[in-house]
Amino acid sequence: MPTTQLVVNGERKSITAEPRTPLLWVLREELGLTAAKYGCGIAQCGACTVHLDGAAVRSCVTPLSRAAGKQVTTLEGLPHGPLQAAWLAEQVPQCGYCQPGQIMSAACLLARTPAPTDAEIDDAMAGNVCRCGTYLRIRRAIHRAAGKETTAP
Amino acid sequence: MTRTVSMIAAALAATACRAPAHPPNPARGWRAFEDVVAVLQSPRCISCHVPGDAPLQGSDGHRHTMNVKRGADGRGTPALRCTTCHQDANNDALHAPPGAPDWRLPPPAMRMAWLGLAPTALCETLKDPARNGGRDLSALEAHLRDDAIVAWGFHPGPGREPPRLTQPELIARFVEWKDAGAPCAASNPDDH
Repeated sequence: MPTTQLVVNGERKSITAEPRTPLLWVLREELGLTAAKYGCGIAQCGACTVHLDGAAVRSCVTPLSRAAGKQVTTLEGLPHGPLQAAWLAEQVPQCGYCQPGQIMSAACLLARTPAPTDAEIDDAMAGNVCRCGTYLRIRRAIHRAAGKETTAP
Repeated sequence: MTRTVSMIAAALAATACRAPAHPPNPARGWRAFEDVVAVLQSPRCISCHVPGDAPLQGSDGHRHTMNVKRGADGRGTPALRCTTCHQDANNDALHAPPGAPDWRLPPPAMRMAWLGLAPTALCETLKDPARNGGRDLSALEAHLRDDAIVAWGFHPGPGREPPRLTQPELIARFVEWKDAGAPCAASNPDDH
């Protein structure tokens, strides 16, 4: 069985698994990092979103081989800051299952677009599905994290 | 002396092989291009060669789910890049994202959009370096032959219909069209 070297949340990891193993399996089953969720398994829902060298990827369809030599960041490794605080302030989660993926996509958006418009938020977040329908709160939380005043409707 | 004569004979034979057996035949070239069109406008190609900002999906050409957009570089928007979901290779699971290296649309400034074009208009678009990414006919042939995302179209993974021709058949028909003078109509207007 081949071994793959990668860096997960700043720590070097050596993973012995088939190169086609989904990264999500490695994170959850091998490393015990359970923030990224299994939702659909075919990149249709976004619950498994993590960062690969800073870019959002759906870890359920990302083979371990793609992560070789790269930096993987999960919600556990995302530095605590305005984004998480905004999520709490806006009381975004209901059931919460999709929220780790939502936050990872939002973090990726804000890293590239520090003050996004509603349209930019919608474009960036459209691949993260929320069965509870928290989309408007997500949008408000992203604006809040970006430093924009928000008011509840 | 004998060797020199045979070298000259070989050179003449090679020259003869390179020369077209017949003068360019626009009607035959056009028939070849119609086969090329059938591939270029198949779902596997046309889904990304679109005029709008959203790629298409499926054999019915529906808009890509999740509001996926072309983005500034043809590779998606921040946090929703093509490679957020599309990998370097197909996923075996039905309805999972297909994959090939450098999955992308044409960039917004060079859309290479063929959706809805009649064959003559598609032909003119395809040949125009201002609208085809600065390619001459040989570069277009190289794109068809060597670009991994083109090759993917002929092996699109489970649940996706490949084009009518195989990739070698497409290239053969393209070359036939090119060698016939790359006509954009069934007959050369200059003949009339």
